[in-house]
Amino acid sequence: MTASAGAWSAAALVVQRDLRLAFRRPGEWLQPVAFFLIVTLLFPLALDPEPARLRILAPAALWVAALLASVLAVEFLFREDGRDGTLEQYALSGQSFAWLLLAKTLTHWLLTGLPLVVAAPLAAMALGAPAASIPGVLAALLLGSLSLSLLGAVGAGLTLGVRRGGALLSLIVLPLAIPTLVFGARATDLAIRGEPMDGSLYLLAALAVLALTLAPLAAAAAVRISLE
Amino acid sequence: MLDVSGLHLWRGERHVLKGLSLHLGAGQALQLLWPNGAGKTSLLRAVAGLLPSESGLISWCGSAVSADPLAYCRNLAYLGHELALKGDLTVLENLYYSLGLRGGVTAAQLQAALQQTGLQSLAGELVRHLSAGQKRRVALARLGLWQAPLWLLDEPVANLDAAGQQLVAAAIDAHLQAGGCALIATHQPLTLASPGNRLWQQPQEAA
Repeated sequence: MTASAGAWSAAALVVQRDLRLAFRRPGEWLQPVAFFLIVTLLFPLALDPEPARLRILAPAALWVAALLASVLAVEFLFREDGRDGTLEQYALSGQSFAWLLLAKTLTHWLLTGLPLVVAAPLAAMALGAPAASIPGVLAALLLGSLSLSLLGAVGAGLTLGVRRGGALLSLIVLPLAIPTLVFGARATDLAIRGEPMDGSLYLLAALAVLALTLAPLAAAAAVRISLE
Repeated sequence: MLDVSGLHLWRGERHVLKGLSLHLGAGQALQLLWPNGAGKTSLLRAVAGLLPSESGLISWCGSAVSADPLAYCRNLAYLGHELALKGDLTVLENLYYSLGLRGGVTAAQLQAALQQTGLQSLAGELVRHLSAGQKRRVALARLGLWQAPLWLLDEPVANLDAAGQQLVAAAIDAHLQAGGCALIATHQPLTLASPGNRLWQQPQEAA
């Protein structure tokens, strides 16, 4: 009577379901990556296209664009599932709520964070970054975008019940994202200069692990409050 | 099976439930026919654990549900105002994903449930192409397949035609016969054949 799926298969179901839904509506997850590309490509147009000057601005442009794109995307993370009762059923499924939300958030990252990383070489080259720096830039963005999605999930949970919560969401998430922004931009800067960037990467990885462990719990508590 | 005692609940400034108590045994159904705003939905959500109560004890089979909320959740099926169906998934996909979290079902069980609810011809249809009543039927099929002993139903016959209402009543009767119990918030009392069926008109009365 009281059978329950294992935690891994439950998470796999959530991931599979959200991927299937996303591929039926590709507009939603293509938006953030398009936004990221356009914002970063605007810089060479707005500045004078001297590579040395662009290169100085490149880390800031890449990271601010990535941060804004991820905040833009995360607004949709829980909204529809909250509205149609799916989150209620997740909360009552007999599975750990935080675990299911972690699966949901990681799927969201696959759909909106990973495309940023994939698009980053193009943006970085347009900003004058040398080809040799691309792997470093990608590594930093890979770790950073993961943290940003997880932090965003907490904000999305808190603003779930708020009508037009987008502005509030960015006010909550952007300050939380400052450490990731600082170390991410620093790592990218070092990569572009061709200097060793291990220290910054380790710190970014530490932030990602911290977000991975704590953010789902905070997001679950936040969503529960929003569901009341 | 389900015991609620001394439940107090506030919604904002309003004291909605004032020391409410109820008991539901195996094979029993309790239909809440309270007027609008008297707290039917709040009571169901509190019993489901979605709303924290100010004070009071909710226990399932003799032990407080707060002791092991996950195990309690596996024993309950909640059907709220929102049906938790995805418009961009087909009927079958919707059932597959929501049942999978509860341990899954066999293809035969799935077919039988679709047949009972008159949905077999719609199995491959996207849910957003269905009517409101047909969506209710999908939710009803899912309800049966969850195989949970405690049903919490909020307006289960909303949007349903006469045949659909009979279907709901039959499903509840079968559930009670199998030893389950149900707490139902509704405006129109359902005609159930089970002897364990009770109506509750006003929250002030004792259940």
